[in-house]
Amino acid sequence: MTPRDPALAIRLEGCAKTFADGTKALAPLDLAIGAGETLAFLGPSGCGKTTLLRLIAGLDSPDPGGRVWFDDKEVTPLPIERRQVGMVFQSYALFPNMTVAENIAYGLKVRGEPRDRRRTRVAELLAMMRIEALAGRAIDQLSGGQRQRVALARAIAPRPRLLLFDEPLTALDAKLREALRLEIDGLLRKLGTTAVYVTHDQAEAMALGDRIVVMNHGRIAQIGTPHEIYHHPADRFVAEFVGLMNHVSGEIRDGWLHCPAGRIPLDRETAAGQGEVMFRPETVCLAGTGETHLKGTLAASFFLGDRTRLLVDGIGEQSIVVDVVGPVDLPLGTPVPLRIQSPAMAAKGST
Amino acid sequence: MTMRQNLLFWLLLAFTVATCAFLIVPIGLSLLAGVSANWQLGPSGGLTLRWIEEVWSLYSGTVVRSLVLAVACLIADLLLGVPLAYVLARHPSRRARAIEELIMLPVAVPGLATALALIILYGGWHQFRGSSSFILVGHVLFTLPFMVRSVLAVLASIDVKTLEEGAASLGAGPWRRLATVVLPNAKPGILAGSLMVVTLSVGEFNMTWMLHTPLTQTLPVGLADAYASMRLEIASAYTVVFLLMIVPLLILMQLAAPSAVSGTAARGGK
Ligand SMILES: Nc1ncnc2c1ncn2[C@@H]1O[C@H](COP(=O)(O)OP(=O)(O)O)[C@@H](O)[C@H]1O
Ligand SMILES: [Mg+2]
Repeated sequence: MTPRDPALAIRLEGCAKTFADGTKALAPLDLAIGAGETLAFLGPSGCGKTTLLRLIAGLDSPDPGGRVWFDDKEVTPLPIERRQVGMVFQSYALFPNMTVAENIAYGLKVRGEPRDRRRTRVAELLAMMRIEALAGRAIDQLSGGQRQRVALARAIAPRPRLLLFDEPLTALDAKLREALRLEIDGLLRKLGTTAVYVTHDQAEAMALGDRIVVMNHGRIAQIGTPHEIYHHPADRFVAEFVGLMNHVSGEIRDGWLHCPAGRIPLDRETAAGQGEVMFRPETVCLAGTGETHLKGTLAASFFLGDRTRLLVDGIGEQSIVVDVVGPVDLPLGTPVPLRIQSPAMAAKGST
Repeated sequence: MTMRQNLLFWLLLAFTVATCAFLIVPIGLSLLAGVSANWQLGPSGGLTLRWIEEVWSLYSGTVVRSLVLAVACLIADLLLGVPLAYVLARHPSRRARAIEELIMLPVAVPGLATALALIILYGGWHQFRGSSSFILVGHVLFTLPFMVRSVLAVLASIDVKTLEEGAASLGAGPWRRLATVVLPNAKPGILAGSLMVVTLSVGEFNMTWMLHTPLTQTLPVGLADAYASMRLEIASAYTVVFLLMIVPLLILMQLAAPSAVSGTAARGGK
């Protein structure tokens, strides 16, 4: 057991989930997770992230016909205790009747590791999570951040071949969340274990996921790298869910979208006709002396420290959001010339 | 201001003392009567242990029977109530709520009515009707809901489902989870429930009075018998015996589960 088992690849085939009360939480879906990959499930609350994670974990079984594979072994009928996974729950699920060290040792004990091996491994994990001082503490004497560290250590201790996280940081405050996220990121990279990370926070998903699965209403809306999801969203839902997106409609012709306020360059050849394009706030800048694509009037400006967010009217149906680096000193109502720095996407399925 | 606070303090103190007196004085007098040579003359007539000896010679059988019944009742409640509470906690559904209400029924219905129902059901089975087991059935019916409620409250407050999922993710099968996670965490509820069950069983009168036969008297039934047929001092001495029995029991279980009892009380208050 000392040399690490090679990382596990996961495959789901036609997995749907209908609950006893008739709730259709997941439409039939296929999903492949590469060995050693960290996959993030991202989506609004209630979209089925936890349900999908529980199918992979073995805490729930898919509707008949759905199958789950770990490497080339089908595990669909196996309960979680026979799948060798490690799981970190949003509510921590630490055992209140045991100390921190006993919690961490639990999985090792279940696997019948001898006492001295258990002790070494627990010490190793306490050090890794920097919670040595807490070893003898009861769970109810720990803060939220400390509990999450213990939960992580407990899940990792038996060297699972798959790590599952269900919104592990949601209950913590922003600063702690950021620190623990970095820690989890380092940990996953060091361990090289295949991992699935559920979150409704796009920043968390972007930072941790090698790939992101964006979910909506029990379906997979898009799978891709953070870069693909952000810059080439499959649909409007994905575009809106991962960051801010501007929409402008007009007439598409010769690789440009023409509208009363000016014209916008397109990132690929698109059939001529009425259409809509999308671009992110940070792809726009104040034109200054260079080429101007659009003209609008300044409706509001917010200084955010590292950048300034401008709302510009007179271009789209809604105000266009523009993020520029550094402070901007313009009175409201001023005409602002804008340049689109990287070509915009034509929106699919625009209405 | 301080005058006012002082006044309030003394008023509250007086109220507390009065309440305690209201609770304790009758029992105190009864205890006194139990060791008085002649209650007509009051304590000035002299103190004696004669009545207590007499009670013991007449009614020691009822004391033993009550204790055996209470222990048997506790065992039955543990075997039935703890698994039932666990199942209800793991499957919180409308049906589970209905079952919970249903087992509360013998608490809501007067003991006499439950006893009557039992007599109608089992009355024809003479051997059973005449044995202490018949009373045991009544006591289990009456006390089981207290055990279930007490355990259920603790299991619900610790979210036993998620804890078990945590244990399962670490490789623990159902029995191991039960032994290492569910039962240890349910212990406060089990102890509090046990305390409740034993004291309820030892003190139960209504139902037991209907269910007993002259050969299966319990302590409270014997006490009623003593009041009805003996002199007041003997009945009072019986009370002394009853308290001597139940108070150490209460203290013992309170010591065994100090956090449990206050814990459930606090949760019950929410
Ligand atoms: N045990 C259950 N019984 C019935 N419906 C459920 C159950 N668990 C989840 N659901 C429903 O399934 C949908 C998806 O839930 P979930 O996977 O928890 O979403 P998420 O984790 O993305 O917030 C929701 O509509 C939720 O109400
Ligand atoms: Mg969820």
